Amino acid sequence: MEPIEKNVLLRVRHLSKSYNKEPVLKDISFKVKKGETKVIIGPSGTGKSTLLRCLNRLTRPDSGQIWLDGVEVTSSKTNINKIRQSIGMVFQDFNLFAHLTVLDNVRIGPTRVKKIPKREATELALDMLSRVGLVDKAGAYPAELSGGQQQRASIARTLAMRPKLMLFDEPTSALDPELIGEVLIVMKNLVKSGMTMVVVSHEMGFARSVCDEIIFVEKGVIVEQGPPDELFLRPKHRRTKEFLSKITELYGKSEG
Amino acid sequence: MEILETLAAIGKSIIPVLRGTEITVALTFSLLAIGLMMGLPLALGQVYGNKIISTIIVVYERTFRSIPALVLLFLFYFGPATFGIYISPFLAAILALGFRSSAYQSQIFRGAIQSIGQGQMMAARSLGMSKLKAIIYIILPLVLRRSIPSWSNEYSSVLKDTALAFAIGVIDLNRWGWRIAIRTQDPIIVFLVIGVIYFFLTLAGTRFLRWLEKELKIPGFQSRDTIG
Repeated sequence: MEPIEKNVLLRVRHLSKSYNKEPVLKDISFKVKKGETKVIIGPSGTGKSTLLRCLNRLTRPDSGQIWLDGVEVTSSKTNINKIRQSIGMVFQDFNLFAHLTVLDNVRIGPTRVKKIPKREATELALDMLSRVGLVDKAGAYPAELSGGQQQRASIARTLAMRPKLMLFDEPTSALDPELIGEVLIVMKNLVKSGMTMVVVSHEMGFARSVCDEIIFVEKGVIVEQGPPDELFLRPKHRRTKEFLSKITELYGKSEG
Repeated sequence: MEILETLAAIGKSIIPVLRGTEITVALTFSLLAIGLMMGLPLALGQVYGNKIISTIIVVYERTFRSIPALVLLFLFYFGPATFGIYISPFLAAILALGFRSSAYQSQIFRGAIQSIGQGQMMAARSLGMSKLKAIIYIILPLVLRRSIPSWSNEYSSVLKDTALAFAIGVIDLNRWGWRIAIRTQDPIIVFLVIGVIYFFLTLAGTRFLRWLEKELKIPGFQSRDTIG
């Protein structure tokens, strides 16, 4: 049974995952309260994406438990397709469905998965597209859009499922610098609207200004976690300090 | 003039020639249909199936790609007869060449499936789609589009393979050619005419598929026209 704790939406306990006996995640535990935004940072190859994919079981963890709103995601008895409907995922490479228009990309989840009538789904989709500022591109195909527009469309696609939790896997890493801002604005608006989010990103501007907690992961373990100011100003671990100063140098503080 | 006499003989045989063409076209369409209906699930099984399923499919596919079409025709025609089952030469030809085509088509589709990045499947699954739904709504529309150029090649290849079916007694275009050639004693002219008919059948099919490819092109993607 899940330990009862008020307002906790996502609870991860003792999560471990290896690939070919090479441990990628080692005993990861954390929780996310409703409406919180957590940003996961860490050097590349330290299992951040794997961790995110374990949360909606796109990757199966070897051990450990994940609960979403009282339902154990990791249990084999859980209908994972049902659970995934309430966990939105935004990918680094957008992964919009290439053969569908933007509108159909956003509509396909509600119509094909949730069986919502087409007219209702269209209204919902247009509503979500207006939230990300893309109503005028509803009829366009993904390949006709800029990277920033594609990522905003993919956020709209996720929102149309009305998720309880949203996962972002380096949502701005594949974007040209001048396109990053428009995606971060959409994400900030989501934070303000009370969405619960787990974000893998090195956008420190975003992390410092809106997230509740930064989780620093290295070599498959959580080295340190805490509110952004605490990690930036009073890091407990030497590695945290080194890593944060390095990415601040690389990505700059000002943006976002 | 001998040539004119031969052409006149072909002209007189216009009805049988048309009938032969009809049989060739029917044979081609039927075997391609079998190849498509079997090849697509075979490809999906090979990519998404478990180890047992994909192994069985690989054995099937290797077998049918390794035996000459003519040998398959004989096996499918004489094989059932040894068990007391009589099937017509036409049906035997459809099955032999259809199974063979399914093996080749499965590789066309497998290539197309594997050319689609994992991201499409992941995104579909992350929305809560089952694997089957993701295949039907996301993967297949992309796979079928991408398969058209190679499929066009398969079409032109099997159309001409059907000429082998005369060996088991199918009265197709090629077979009618023989009959007229024997009567007129002028095989060159007869088979030139037959060759021209095959040429135009090939051209019509590949033209149609090229048109289809353009028609289904996803806006914004590079096409042959824009790359060249």
